[in-house]
Amino acid sequence: MFDLTGMTALVTGASGGIGSSIAKALAGQGARLAVSGSNAEKLEAFRAELGGEHVALACNLSDGAAVDALVPSAVEALGKIDILVNNAGVTRDNLAMRMKDEEWDQVIRVNLEAAFRLIRAAAKPMMKARYGRIVSITSVVGATGNPGQANYAASKAGLVGMSKALAQELASRNITVNCVAPGFIRSAMTDVLPEAQKTALLTKIPAGDLGSGEDIGAAVVYLASKEAGYVTGQTLHVNGGMAMI
Amino acid sequence: MSETADRVKKIVVEHLGVEAEKVTEDASFIDDLGADSLDIVELVMAFEEEFGVEIPDDAAEKITTVKDAITYIDENQG
Repeated sequence: MFDLTGMTALVTGASGGIGSSIAKALAGQGARLAVSGSNAEKLEAFRAELGGEHVALACNLSDGAAVDALVPSAVEALGKIDILVNNAGVTRDNLAMRMKDEEWDQVIRVNLEAAFRLIRAAAKPMMKARYGRIVSITSVVGATGNPGQANYAASKAGLVGMSKALAQELASRNITVNCVAPGFIRSAMTDVLPEAQKTALLTKIPAGDLGSGEDIGAAVVYLASKEAGYVTGQTLHVNGGMAMI
Repeated sequence: MSETADRVKKIVVEHLGVEAEKVTEDASFIDDLGADSLDIVELVMAFEEEFGVEIPDDAAEKITTVKDAITYIDENQG
């Protein structure tokens, strides 16, 4: 079950906390990866850590032209693209009244627009191949909202709606489009939270603990597998029960 | 038959998986050849790639038969 031998995947934001766990999980199931990230040095180090025949493709996702070139580069390097994981995301938190246009734009551009551009580019070879698995990493915040994150919540909810539309467009070509919505996952983003806030957070999580990158990697592997072929347009919430949607 | 027509028909046969004799110039992609809207998009992209032409959406909407495609490409190529 869930064997990805012979499959190829492009993973964005792959050198980050959750992204690296996703990449390791996919590679662990036998997929050959193109890992992408904005920091070329960090990315190359991660690729080396992965070992095997994986490739690193640095890309600045706020640059539209660079984003449009990423899928063709991945296809060139890997020979084909079976799986696309839109994981890269940024936050520019601020209360809406204090939020600057750039803070709004930057988050929408990287989290939502880049994902759309990558899916648009990947859909072409996937349609030809009559096979594809597209997984976008959204967030519990896209479903519940969170003060200070109007931009981030909008981008993450946007991924869900976009994925549902694309799932309907591409279903007849054996291409599935789904989302994984992590709750609070141990990462550089949650490590910096003050202790009091962490304690308060845990009282809202029935599982009593933060999630791990591996929890998200396993969810992505499932949706990226052949076995999940009849699952499309869905959001798989991985949040220890903190929100049941 | 023109060279364009031959190449267009070859693409249609490959993409839609239909028999070559069904692909007459009057054949409608949707009504006669069983294409759906995604097939049309794929065909238009294949034509663009094969002939180096750009087929904007408003022109693509008017291409409903094999002949429409051949005519558009002949008129707009190079």
